[in-house]
Amino acid sequence: MKHSTFFWFILPSLTLMILFIALPIVSVVIQSLHVEHEQVLVISKSCDPFGCKETTSLDQEAMEKLREDNPLGRFNGLGTYTNRSHFAVEEVSKAWHVSTSFREFWEKVLNLPFYKALTFTITYTIVVTPFVLFLGFAVAVGVNNLPKILKGPTIFVSLLPMIVTPLVGSLILFWMVDGDGIIGATLQRIFNDNSLSLKASASLTWIMLMVYGIWHFLPFSFIVFYAGLQTVPQEILEAAMIDGANKWQRMRNVVVPHLMPLVIFVMLILLMDNFRVFEPIVGFSADAHATSLSWIIFNDLQESAYPLYGSAGATSMMTIIGVIILLTPVLIRTWREFHQKGN
Amino acid sequence: MTILKAQSRITFLSIFSFSMVATWLFIAAFPFVWTLWGSFKVQADFFSKADWTYAIYGVHTTLETGKAFTGGGYYGAWIQEGFYNAVMNSSIVIFFTVVISLTFGTLGGYALARSGYRYAFWILMAALVFRAMPHITLVSGYLFPFFEWNIWGILPTTIIVLVAINQPFTLWILHSFFLNIPREMDESAMVDGCTRFQAFRHVIIPVMWPGVITTGLFSFLLAYNDFAVTTMLLSGENETMVPAIASFMGNVQQEGNVMFAVAAVVSTTAPLFLLVLFFQRQIVSGLTAGAVKG
Repeated sequence: MKHSTFFWFILPSLTLMILFIALPIVSVVIQSLHVEHEQVLVISKSCDPFGCKETTSLDQEAMEKLREDNPLGRFNGLGTYTNRSHFAVEEVSKAWHVSTSFREFWEKVLNLPFYKALTFTITYTIVVTPFVLFLGFAVAVGVNNLPKILKGPTIFVSLLPMIVTPLVGSLILFWMVDGDGIIGATLQRIFNDNSLSLKASASLTWIMLMVYGIWHFLPFSFIVFYAGLQTVPQEILEAAMIDGANKWQRMRNVVVPHLMPLVIFVMLILLMDNFRVFEPIVGFSADAHATSLSWIIFNDLQESAYPLYGSAGATSMMTIIGVIILLTPVLIRTWREFHQKGN
Repeated sequence: MTILKAQSRITFLSIFSFSMVATWLFIAAFPFVWTLWGSFKVQADFFSKADWTYAIYGVHTTLETGKAFTGGGYYGAWIQEGFYNAVMNSSIVIFFTVVISLTFGTLGGYALARSGYRYAFWILMAALVFRAMPHITLVSGYLFPFFEWNIWGILPTTIIVLVAINQPFTLWILHSFFLNIPREMDESAMVDGCTRFQAFRHVIIPVMWPGVITTGLFSFLLAYNDFAVTTMLLSGENETMVPAIASFMGNVQQEGNVMFAVAAVVSTTAPLFLLVLFFQRQIVSGLTAGAVKG
């Protein structure tokens, strides 16, 4: 294809991606280096017969003017990155000096918003991903062994948890685990504890969110593995059988190696999607015990009158860097393959 | 014959795998069945701590409304709280997002599939990285300029943003579909004197529909299911369904009308059921398209 034809064909798509994906990232960088204007305070003296008093108040007019002249705020360098809601350099070093044990230090650090969110995001990603891979594979093998007539309906039902809107899906489960809902009330009866609430305890909230994550993503890995199972060469399976391999051995030595590229593909997608976990935290109203990187950005932007662009920008930058770290192995691999093809 | 016999023998293993599938199906389907059934009850039944069978027979529903089923939740959500307005907005956003995504995506995907140059590879790599960006990080980049330019809160802005966010995935999937259409088809048309665009229009467009329909389904799902973009970029009166449900939660929970939200949730899920019902094969092929290539 000629360069000019290629250019005209790709132009609309490329323009959109540059304008609405690449430039916003630049805008995020700029925002993260700025911070909201300092409050302009006016000290007014008011005197009455009993003496003079000084009162400080916010100069609304001056603030408005500042905001109008410089809507981005004032330049702050990397200040936002190191402040309490992000890397919290000061707080961490203080915690290091004050704490007597490593455990104490860790607990203090985990109370800082950024580290709290980062811990949940990473834990969620590394717990949900293997569970989804493993269970999805198990269900795929199970469905593959079903009689043909049952396969279609089974796939239909299996797709539902994935296709449903994440916020809606988490609300549906949220109502069921509510203290008065069917699962919540049943659990209370089983443990004979009327105050048992999945929402009240941090660890139960985490488990609840991860169970939701597994429920939501399992269909994806199931479908991909199921499609992969259809392509396993029958001759090799039969040859292995003739050689006396039992079911487990055939699974381990024939089927799993054949599906390995798919495992990598599914894992990549799952890592990307789990890392941005956001909707379930809103749906389950879980933010008291579990926050994610995406959620703290959302929370900064929700500040009603004046969104905290600087703070949201800094967290966004760190999230983007996190995503790139996650993707590096894949990018390097693709790059190598491309070069091998080229040479 | 012997192989067939060995495979069809009922073993402990096959019972185990069968019961595992059955458990999964129950876990996958039960929440939907439960919520659908419960959406026609009153709150005291849907959240019946005392006896869960109330939710099935609708004991309180009969007491309060005289019948075992009530459409009260749906009336409250659609009419009283104006959910129909959100449905209208959603329809507009989804329709334009899908149409524009597919138009731009087919052109770009076709070019990427037919160009052997290095820059095509780099565009695909950039698209992969863009696909991984959490949407909310992009939103934090939009808000400030959109407020400054006064284009925040309206439907066209949201549509164009959703199209852009959707492009990386659309390009990837359509590019792999076009790779499966033999090069000789459009090249022979060009030998006969067509320009590249004429070859695309008369030779490729007639055969590309299966790939486009599959891609369109995923564009639809993205626009339908999005929360991060629509909730941050749309003003109250332009809200689509998902942010409407979210703001519902805040409003109705105090008034004790959770059933409105339940009805809205069921209303939002129903179209997705139909979608899976009719397009199951395309969804499965779309999910696996990237995998088989990768």
